[in-house]
Amino acid sequence: MSAVLIAILVLLSLAVVFGLVLGFAAVKFKVEGNPIVDQIDDLLPQTQCGQCGHPGCRPYAEAIANGEQINKCPPGGQSTIEALADLLDVEAVPLDAEHGEESIKTVAYIREDECIGCTKCIQACPVDAILGAAKQMHTVIVSECTGCDLCVEPCPVDCIDMLPIETTLNNWKWTPPVPGVELIATDTGRSVAHASSKEGASS
Amino acid sequence: MSKIFAFHGGIHPPENKKQSTRAPIRLAPVPEQLTIPIQQHIGAPAKPCVHVGEQVLKGQMIAEAQGRISVSIHASSSGTITDISPQSVPHPSGLEAPCISIKTDGQDQWIPHQGLADYRSLPPLELINYIRNHGIAGMGGAGFPTDVKLHLGDDHIVNTLIINAAECEPYITADDMLIRERAEQIVGGIEVINYLLNPTHILIGIEDNKAHAIRVLEDALRHTKLNIDIVVVPTKYPSGGEKQLVRLLTGVEVPSGRIPADVGIVCQNIGTVAAINQAVHHGTPLISRIVTVTGGAVGKPQNLEALIGTPINDLLETAQVNHNTLSRLVMGGPMMGFTIEDDAIPIIKTSNCIIAAVKEEMPPAPPSQACIRCGLCEQACPAELLPQQLFWFSKSREFEKAKHHNLFDCIECGACSYVCPSNIPLVQYYRFAKNEIRDEEAEQRKSDQARQRFEARQARLEQAVLDKEIRRKERAAQAAKTQAAKKASSETAAQTPEDNIKQLKTAAAITRTKLKKALSALEAAKADSSDNIAQLDLQYKQAEHAAEEAQKALELAESGIQAPATSVAPDIKQLKTQAAVARTKLKKAQQALKIAEDKGHDGADTLRATVAQLEEKSVAAQLVFANAETDAASSSSSNPLPALKESTDKALGTFKKAEAALETAIANSSPAAEKMKAGVEKLKAKYTEALAAQEAAETLSAPKATEAPAQSFEPQPTARTPADLKALKQNVSIMRTKLKKTETLLASAEADSEQAGELQQEIVRLTQLHKDAKAQLDAEEEGKIKAAAAQGIDLKKLKIDAALARAAVTKLERSIKKAQEAEPAELNALQTELLAAQQQATQFNNTLSQFE
Repeated sequence: MSAVLIAILVLLSLAVVFGLVLGFAAVKFKVEGNPIVDQIDDLLPQTQCGQCGHPGCRPYAEAIANGEQINKCPPGGQSTIEALADLLDVEAVPLDAEHGEESIKTVAYIREDECIGCTKCIQACPVDAILGAAKQMHTVIVSECTGCDLCVEPCPVDCIDMLPIETTLNNWKWTPPVPGVELIATDTGRSVAHASSKEGASS
Repeated sequence: MSKIFAFHGGIHPPENKKQSTRAPIRLAPVPEQLTIPIQQHIGAPAKPCVHVGEQVLKGQMIAEAQGRISVSIHASSSGTITDISPQSVPHPSGLEAPCISIKTDGQDQWIPHQGLADYRSLPPLELINYIRNHGIAGMGGAGFPTDVKLHLGDDHIVNTLIINAAECEPYITADDMLIRERAEQIVGGIEVINYLLNPTHILIGIEDNKAHAIRVLEDALRHTKLNIDIVVVPTKYPSGGEKQLVRLLTGVEVPSGRIPADVGIVCQNIGTVAAINQAVHHGTPLISRIVTVTGGAVGKPQNLEALIGTPINDLLETAQVNHNTLSRLVMGGPMMGFTIEDDAIPIIKTSNCIIAAVKEEMPPAPPSQACIRCGLCEQACPAELLPQQLFWFSKSREFEKAKHHNLFDCIECGACSYVCPSNIPLVQYYRFAKNEIRDEEAEQRKSDQARQRFEARQARLEQAVLDKEIRRKERAAQAAKTQAAKKASSETAAQTPEDNIKQLKTAAAITRTKLKKALSALEAAKADSSDNIAQLDLQYKQAEHAAEEAQKALELAESGIQAPATSVAPDIKQLKTQAAVARTKLKKAQQALKIAEDKGHDGADTLRATVAQLEEKSVAAQLVFANAETDAASSSSSNPLPALKESTDKALGTFKKAEAALETAIANSSPAAEKMKAGVEKLKAKYTEALAAQEAAETLSAPKATEAPAQSFEPQPTARTPADLKALKQNVSIMRTKLKKTETLLASAEADSEQAGELQQEIVRLTQLHKDAKAQLDAEEEGKIKAAAAQGIDLKKLKIDAALARAAVTKLERSIKKAQEAEPAELNALQTELLAAQQQATQFNNTLSQFE
């Protein structure tokens, strides 16, 4: 009988101790906000274009954290979807065409001769990448432009073009190697020729 | 001889160096056109400092270094700048980049230049700057600006200087030939670098396949005082790689992601050393370099000293290229070089070799097969990486994992691809993966920047809204203050309780309508048995309460007005005394008249006239008094409808007037005044009665209050007389105009018989109406005149007298004006006359107003 009592007492005291520890930890190490939203926001391209239907990348990140589909970000494209799928441990799905297609990166360009200085594009730009003043010519700070398109719509004289980012020596990329033609059993001559001329193979 | 260490991996590809070492270095002919890219190095492109059409001399600076990591560019020969535009440049991409084109004049005329007499007299910084201005860049591989490397002594302790003469890649012999022919330049260059960096020892790393060069170098070094060691390393690719050479010569491994300077070592290419020598001792900028032109398709493989910007084609022609057998043009070595498609591409500072290969030499890459996990690549890797793993990760785009497997330590030497039995283009995969990772990182940076900017913008906009709100509030507060101040000032200036009452009245009216609306809504809801009856009920009650409150406030305000209304009382008293005085005067005059009549005096007639006058005066005073009293009484009563009340009061007043006039007319003799007084009192009683009725009606229901008093007063016929007279007059005039109109209509429409008949009928009717109206008016007027006549005064005569008196007054006024200008003596007499006339006129007017 006493053994049972001792066991109960021991367990009870342990429960009390752990309860206190957990309660203290819950108060002391309380996490403010939802950390997953920050992580999702980090993965999103931050174009702030609103193509996902949310007013900016962070609102979409919050929506994703609340269970929205991860395939609504055309600027991020498939790589973003995969990164999100990886982070959230869900299935990577193809991009939802309803919100737009993944296109080449563009940058806004103002045809400065035609600009009337209305400042509408400046108000529309989510990242303050357009410089100008009322009745003064405006111009795009190319390095800050996210290519979100939002300035094109408000322009009353349609002087804003979305130009693809020009490939220069600095941003040129090696193309991924195309997988070689699969050899079939009878295609032996090639491999023989290859073996004999090994020296220049890797140039 | 110092100890030689070893690095992991490495391969031994066929050297193919002998072909190009048989002939001495030849000067390549000056081409017709030089194309000099403004970026031939790592870092920022140089900024062109010449313009199209400008004549330039050999060695003249044509583009200036911009920023820390940049190299200036010089004209390789004299001539004219023909173009500054994008041209094909030596790059694996085959893309175009900005170039300066010079059309040479064949003179090859130097700009005045001379070397430094004693570079040791210059401070190191100035010397480094001098080297920078001479456009020296690394001539071995990436073309890193040399001046930056020479600056390393500032923040690093440099104890070892390594001169890289390994030249491990097959085919290339440019450095070999440089050492063989120009060893003294190398020694001179090493001395300059030694002065700048002051290392403890200097090593020249050279592969053992360059026996001739080693011999020459040893000879040259005998004349120098410096402690320079030649370290002969075994021939193995890629011993010429910077990190590999450092390992070979010192046994030190340069940490991942660091530079040799971090471990106290600086490496310089031997070509760069020679270029430094030329710049310092001869003042010649880097405008030419030794290029190995070799390959199966070249007739005379050799080393050419070519001007920077010379098209490759010119060099190939000089080396007698066979275009028929040429299958592939490679710039750089066979391991790390790249294929070029366009032979107009110029030589740049880093171009050490051009291979014009025949098909057998460099066949097209065989198709790649599956990785068999043989591990040969790992054995060959000089960077001790796991090429196989990197390949898998790159292929499956698991870049993060590739990065963790130190992808960025890969020097892209191509040893793994070379040994791969499956012919997998491993280096291509690594380059692709590196690109992707760099790209992602750049995008991450950009997105972070965008996020920052976006958040900053959001914060700014929110702040703007807040500021606006604050400003708005401030403005509102200011406005309220000024309003209050205004109100206070206006209240102190002139108390306008009437305005207040008006406001309160409108408020009360509004609340009443609200109440009504609420009631109707409630009733509707009740009829529909809607759910929100309770709510509506509540609303109704609230509205009721509000209405009561408003009414109370209004009553309060109105009662507040009573106080000033009582101030009319003294006025009334005055009037009373006036009336009393008038009455006593009348009595006295009447008594005098009686005495006169009794005595049979002559002046009785005149006395009678004065009695009549006094009688009138008394009546008038009484009337004014009565009016004032009724006004006071009415203002003291709480009637919410002042307009109506006023009209009723007026009616009452006029009624009294008429009655008084009637009474005076009847009571011609002495007791008339008492009788009149009695009549007035009677009327007052009546009026108070009516007032009571009105009040009762008001308290019964507010909206009905407007009708009740009107009804209560309408039956009184006497109230009509003066108003009716005016109305009748108007009526008559209306009838007259109507009649005239129809008559004119008739005249114009006589042709049309039908209408004419109708119009005639109308005219007859109107004439009748006109007559009726006129008759009514006449009757009314006659009654009036009779009433006046009964009082002993002819109304017509009175009118005429009044008009005459008025005319006399105006006449006198005019004559006074004239007298003021001409004869001031007569002024006093005239003024007294005027006063008398004015008195008379006012008397007449007063009398007249009683009847009108």
